[in-house]
Amino acid sequence: MEFYFSSLADFAWMEGHGPYVWACYFVTLAVFIFLALTPSMRLGKLVKQQKALAARSQVAEEVDGHEPR
Amino acid sequence: MGWQWFHRLGSPKWFYEKTVRWTQVIGFLALGMLAVGVVWGLAFAPAELKQGNSYRIIYIHVPTAVVSMAGYYVMAISGAIGLIWRMKLSYMVMKSAAPIGAVLTFAALFTGAVWGKPTWGTYWVWDARITSMLILLFLYLGVIALQEAYQNQEAADKTCAILSLVGMVNIPIIYKSVDWWFTLHQPATLKLTEKSTIAPEMAYPLILMIFAVYMFYAWCLLKRTRVEILHREIRTQWVKDIVLGGK
Repeated sequence: MEFYFSSLADFAWMEGHGPYVWACYFVTLAVFIFLALTPSMRLGKLVKQQKALAARSQVAEEVDGHEPR
Repeated sequence: MGWQWFHRLGSPKWFYEKTVRWTQVIGFLALGMLAVGVVWGLAFAPAELKQGNSYRIIYIHVPTAVVSMAGYYVMAISGAIGLIWRMKLSYMVMKSAAPIGAVLTFAALFTGAVWGKPTWGTYWVWDARITSMLILLFLYLGVIALQEAYQNQEAADKTCAILSLVGMVNIPIIYKSVDWWFTLHQPATLKLTEKSTIAPEMAYPLILMIFAVYMFYAWCLLKRTRVEILHREIRTQWVKDIVLGGK
């Protein structure tokens, strides 16, 4: 098995079909990256939200504990 | 004994713990196979006699189209399991499968349209194959929209499961559209039951890419389902420990 094209420039141009081929590969790469990253982003949001809630409830507990009765 | 695994699957906690390793292994396999398949198809496979190098789009167009259709079955069957056995994990799988399927269908439509320009002289025609694929995209988007439309998660899951099951009728139509109607879209060149009409040196990277996109799909589905479990089970102590403890 060997490299099909005679040079890297030929590989990029692909006898005039390069723009079509590369556009498809780049758009697909972009949507694959989107698919790969979105679960981690959603998880990050959840962790941030839960940590904020936990911090808030801890402050509330402390305030309650120091209030004169 | 034989059905024990099925009952265990009903436990989001069991699924979450068991899939830590699977997700890593499948992720590495997907990445490796995608890298080899893309380089093989783009740089080492020969050009096609009539279409020249534009045919290299096949290495992403066909795998994304194939997996987008298979992914619809995953979504619909998960919905059916949820409806029949009231297994909440299967609804989580169904919800997670919808955006992955939508993105893969979009990729198949986009790459097909771009491939159409140098091959047919147009980006778009309303032929049976392309139109039924567009309907598939709308079905996926419909499931995503329905999930967001309901305040009540149970109602959203049930409605999405019914829509997924009804939409399943579209999959054999997509598959057989090139045989049932006269279409500009070519018939399948890679066949399971008959001799393929694609040269082996072009077929091997294509087969590798189909497996690679299946692996990528499985990885995305596991990742999304795991995050969905954490979202839905947030009130339980084991999820709180994971989320707040960063486990």
